[in-house]
Amino acid sequence: MSTSGSRVLGWSAAVSLALTAWMALVASPADAVQGDAVRLLYLHVPTAWLAMYLSFGVTTLASVLYLWKRTRSQFWDLVAGASAEIGVVFLGLTLVIGSIWGRPIWGVWWTWDARLTSTAVLFVLYLGYLAIRRVPAEPHVRSRRAAIVALAAFVDVPVVHMAVDWWRTLHQEASVLDERRLGDPQITGVMLFTLLLAVLAFTLLYFWLLVHRYRLAKLDEDAEARHLEEALAERRAEGTAEVSAPVPEVTAP
Amino acid sequence: MFRDAALVAGKDLRIEARSRVATNQVLPFAFLVLILFAFALDADRGQLAAVAAGLFWVTVLFSGLLAVQRSFALEAGDDARDALRLSGLDGAGIFLGKASAVAAQLLALEVVLAAGVVVLYDVDLTGAAFFALVCVLATAGIAASGTVYGAVAAGLRVRETLLPLLVLPVLAPVLLGAARASEAVLGTTSTEMADAWPWVRLLGVFATIYVAFGIVAFGPLLEES
Repeated sequence: MSTSGSRVLGWSAAVSLALTAWMALVASPADAVQGDAVRLLYLHVPTAWLAMYLSFGVTTLASVLYLWKRTRSQFWDLVAGASAEIGVVFLGLTLVIGSIWGRPIWGVWWTWDARLTSTAVLFVLYLGYLAIRRVPAEPHVRSRRAAIVALAAFVDVPVVHMAVDWWRTLHQEASVLDERRLGDPQITGVMLFTLLLAVLAFTLLYFWLLVHRYRLAKLDEDAEARHLEEALAERRAEGTAEVSAPVPEVTAP
Repeated sequence: MFRDAALVAGKDLRIEARSRVATNQVLPFAFLVLILFAFALDADRGQLAAVAAGLFWVTVLFSGLLAVQRSFALEAGDDARDALRLSGLDGAGIFLGKASAVAAQLLALEVVLAAGVVVLYDVDLTGAAFFALVCVLATAGIAASGTVYGAVAAGLRVRETLLPLLVLPVLAPVLLGAARASEAVLGTTSTEMADAWPWVRLLGVFATIYVAFGIVAFGPLLEES
């Protein structure tokens, strides 16, 4: 199911992603220090942006709107769920891509750096959120619990961040890794443009995915509701059939 | 609100005192975990003493999960949840009551566990007052957030597996803060007292956030389920 609006969105996402791929792989130069590994950052940064800020931001906002009585509707619940799903997928990608990048640059797949650790915790927090969304329960009960879990996860994020930040700064002298933690500090020219283009492309991709994931969820809910109604109608028909059937037998003789 | 809290906490603690699940099952479980750690880490005393603070808090965390699960299992049977909902008690009061009942049990457990760690892992507890402060703040955080998530998972068929997945990542800062702060007074890792205080503040912030969150969110969580 697609509308002209979502088709335009889809095509612009596809075109900008293709352009990003070309810019990142062909047009932009290899980094002086990192070599070709720097090209991974054109994926790593936008997926992180998409997951942590866009997706989880939208999930939080939609959860608040769901919990607020005046704006409560199934729409916000489905948007929150769709957005969190996309966010978890892309946060997983961020972790994997970062790990692949870290191996040649840092020499390790994983390090207990503040940013990495808090991202990992964030990932698990939202896995929990998706788990509660999948629990079979009454729709409005599930929605409300999910929204509260989303908000609790959101208030936890700054505390996790603060804790992990202190953990690393209190107990470890600045390591060699820290200087290069953010990749290239002086990013300019064509590299900067590629990065910005990549962020734009992934933002478009996010909204396209969100629209379609929402529609799918909505269809799912509608189908479920219709099945329920059909089943109810069937039971009712059975009931009336049983009542009306003996009537002619009694009156026949 | 506080009167309701006292009523609910009294009820929960009375049930615990009579059923003795906490003393007969949760406490032995925590003790068992301490012994298992000694097996896993090769009972090499230097090694165990170095990580004693971390092991203590991991044990508390797992026992805390059991206590929270237990706290909501109390109302699982006989539609007691509905009865609680219909009792006219304030939602915030119910939250505070259940959380403080869990906290009281955990604090009692921590006293026994601390003694166990000192005896079994051969470490010195150098600042009992500071350690007590850490315990109180960390326990408040664990009990408050555990109670919120306990209510989220209550009544669901998958609650036993869902609760740890929801609670443990949320409690990551508590484990981190409590373990680091306790290192200053427990075990052989040399953490300066000055380094330990920020962690105490973090535990305080966490507890405050989740107590406030629970007071606000518990009513709506109970309302329909």
